[in-house]
Amino acid sequence: MDLIIPTLSMGLLWSILAIGVYLTFRVLDIADLTVEGSFPLGAATAAKLLSAGSDPLTAIGVAGIAGMLSGVVTGWLTTKLRIPALLAGILTMIALYSVNLRIMGKANLSLLATDTIFTKSAFLSDDRTVVVLIVGLISVLLVSGFCYWFFGTEIGAAIRATGFNPSMIRANGVNTNFTIMLGLLLSNGLVAVSGALVAQSNGFADVGMGVGTIVIGLASVIIGEVLFGTRTFWNCLLSVVLGSIVYRVVIALVLEMGMPPNDLKLFTAILVAIALSLPLLQARFKGRQRKEAP
Amino acid sequence: MLDIQHIAKTFNPGTITEKVALVDLSLHLSPGEFVTVIGGNGAGKSTLMNSIAGTFFVDRGTISIDGEDITRWPEHRRAKYIGRVFQDPMMGTAAGMMIEENLAIASRRGRMPSLRWSAPKSDQQKFRDLLATLGLGLEDRLESKVGLLSGGQRQALTLLMATMADPKLLLLDEHTAALDPKTAEQVLRLTKDIVESRHLTTLMITHNMRDALRCGNRLIMMYDGRILIDVAGEEKKHLTVPDLLQMFEKAAGSTLDSDSLLLS
Repeated sequence: MDLIIPTLSMGLLWSILAIGVYLTFRVLDIADLTVEGSFPLGAATAAKLLSAGSDPLTAIGVAGIAGMLSGVVTGWLTTKLRIPALLAGILTMIALYSVNLRIMGKANLSLLATDTIFTKSAFLSDDRTVVVLIVGLISVLLVSGFCYWFFGTEIGAAIRATGFNPSMIRANGVNTNFTIMLGLLLSNGLVAVSGALVAQSNGFADVGMGVGTIVIGLASVIIGEVLFGTRTFWNCLLSVVLGSIVYRVVIALVLEMGMPPNDLKLFTAILVAIALSLPLLQARFKGRQRKEAP
Repeated sequence: MLDIQHIAKTFNPGTITEKVALVDLSLHLSPGEFVTVIGGNGAGKSTLMNSIAGTFFVDRGTISIDGEDITRWPEHRRAKYIGRVFQDPMMGTAAGMMIEENLAIASRRGRMPSLRWSAPKSDQQKFRDLLATLGLGLEDRLESKVGLLSGGQRQALTLLMATMADPKLLLLDEHTAALDPKTAEQVLRLTKDIVESRHLTTLMITHNMRDALRCGNRLIMMYDGRILIDVAGEEKKHLTVPDLLQMFEKAAGSTLDSDSLLLS
């Protein structure tokens, strides 16, 4: 029972990563693996700044900017150098591993002794778990509000159109190199912010904390879409956030039921594989039904 | 309006798949000219179209619009002057976006997108009126996603989008070829209405000789990357399919190896 609030909080903090993944995977139609590097990049940047005594909001802001830069690198590799997006993301991700180590100076940086966004927000409630929940909720509201506004503007519409049909948007006078770059920038900025928040909530930043984040993001996006729909852009954003929470609840449940934590990534990968193949399986199932019908 | 001087294009030069698509082609279009382009497969029609649109750069020669040299302009920059409808009905619109959003994007073709709201409510009446001119009932479906429309509806919508921001040049690349005959007829009629009423300078590729003869005020036949026949005005008005075939034989020095290519 006392697991509910931390599970919700985790879902909220990670949902910012999920929104970032949604922006590339669904909006731009690119599977961007930069995420696996930009998430720990955000964590490392924030952790380093916090241990140097920086203000948590500044630390999160700088982490976001660092994430944006990593998105620009991937964007540059894929648009200017024409490296396939998947490979460009992998290259940036690998490069970031070294960068993150350099930023932190070691593999793991503890934040237990430093002020974080959560210790600074302690006035919100006596219960630390509730503080994390409230801070998470506010962050998610800010992020989704911003995304809703931005993707409703002319530039945002051009980015969405790029994902649906690059020829169409080029024929309408928009430089798709620019829109792809901007999409990757925003996405990785959000992912890094998520990393910064998760690190502060966990009490440490670790160079290995990015492993599997893309799969967690995809799981949240797909679970959200299947359960909560994709009617409008707002609906999509909400679905992704709820999907992230549902994912955390599922994980908490299987752990509670006795699954060894070491099998978690295997479990997540299988979950995502099933979810990704769902449309095909559904179509096959329907096809069979139609054949059997008299 | 459009001035093409000695352009040439070879795909995959120096390889086994080398294909000479355009050979020293020059073409001048005066404002308001509606030119139909015919020719068999591999004649270079689409290459000509894509060279103008900027899908790729030509190897030699220059292309200018209204005296402005656009030979080295990237595709998106040329879009300021050029409206396009593609052969594939899926190519001209964003399927996952609403009709309204597609129109909003097309209404600012060639202008840098800003942080203003993309599809403000205040534009809806304007879009509704425009859609009503298509006569397809789309004016009541502003918030439908374009992916839900039929091929013909999407092509009509693309035509509207290509022409709404007053292009200096309209490029139609076999835009009725993928439609069933009845829908193709409907889209073609719409094309004639729009182009003729607004005197748009237009280049229209077609596979269908009869369409080429009854549309526009000038006709070009391409063969092997060159312009073989170019007729305009009164002469074009009285031209028939047999006339054209005869002209082709005389100009090319051979008979058409497959009439079906041109008559289909």
